[in-house]
Amino acid sequence: MTTVAGLPAGFADKVLSAQSTFRSVMDAMARPGSIQRIASTAGTPATMMRGTAAIALTLFDHDTPIWLDSRMSATPDVGKWLKFHTSAPVVVDASIASFALVGDPENLPVLDRFAFGSNEYPDRSTTLILQVESLSAGPVVELQGPGIDGTAALRASIQPRDLFERLAINATLFPRGIDVVLVNDDSIVAIPRTTRLVRRG
Amino acid sequence: MAGEESHGQIRRKAAMAVLAHSKVTDIAGHLSRIELPVHEDLREPENGLVMVRGRVGGDGAPFNLGEATVSRAAVRLSSGEVGFGYTLGRDREKARLIALCDAMVQSAEFGAAIEAQVVAPLRAAMIERRNRKAAETAATRVDFYTLVRGEG
Repeated sequence: MTTVAGLPAGFADKVLSAQSTFRSVMDAMARPGSIQRIASTAGTPATMMRGTAAIALTLFDHDTPIWLDSRMSATPDVGKWLKFHTSAPVVVDASIASFALVGDPENLPVLDRFAFGSNEYPDRSTTLILQVESLSAGPVVELQGPGIDGTAALRASIQPRDLFERLAINATLFPRGIDVVLVNDDSIVAIPRTTRLVRRG
Repeated sequence: MAGEESHGQIRRKAAMAVLAHSKVTDIAGHLSRIELPVHEDLREPENGLVMVRGRVGGDGAPFNLGEATVSRAAVRLSSGEVGFGYTLGRDREKARLIALCDAMVQSAEFGAAIEAQVVAPLRAAMIERRNRKAAETAATRVDFYTLVRGEG
């Protein structure tokens, strides 16, 4: 009982909050590099940002294995909260995870450790959710790809610094690959596997 | 400590057995007479399915009988007690009220009031309802017996 007593609450309005969060994530994926806001509020464990918590409550369920990085799994709070609200299994093996929650992206493991999906089922890949320092300040990166008219400029300070270089494997793996969602507080930016880095500003 | 905890669990189980079989209007009616503590929904009321399992012949191999609709909720009082409510059917408000009662049963401040003003009258009503049903059924009972036939 004592464990549950300290848990942060879930969405105050489950259905509408999940719908509006889903809409934000879908818009972010459809317009790579654009900043979307997550309006819904939920209780969050200490190491989770608001956006991460809302995405977790919306997209995770018992069919989506979750991998937590060392920051997220430092205390059992995040795992317990996920289990109570989403019933998603937390796995140690990143290669079978549907989502990876990364609270310390500086030490992101090599992408090979995650699932890329198969040619038959490219959707069976890991979606990385990275909590980054800022999505409004920092160096500019220019992105190109489906959903972007010309190029999109994203000003952000993203760790790891070589994220886009690492994501270059998406070009060779296609249709397999890794999708990334960057989160800062209630802002999210999606970098789906079709998005390419044009140049750094 | 362990004995005390199990005592608390017995009380919660007994309260849950009564609340799950009571109408939502009755629970709300009795609860309205008590000043409710500040509380929040830890888990919003939601509907779901549970698999009901049976055993062949009552004690044989288990099998899946079918799915039943349930509603559940979790409520936390400002003082920290967490209550859970599960009930058959799609009545979300009932699940929430049961969870609230469960949390209050555990609290030292409200435990006695809930027991006396909500659970006890509902229990009396439930027993009365059952007895009436049993009496109605008993009134239509037919006893079959066979007379000894005279052979030859």
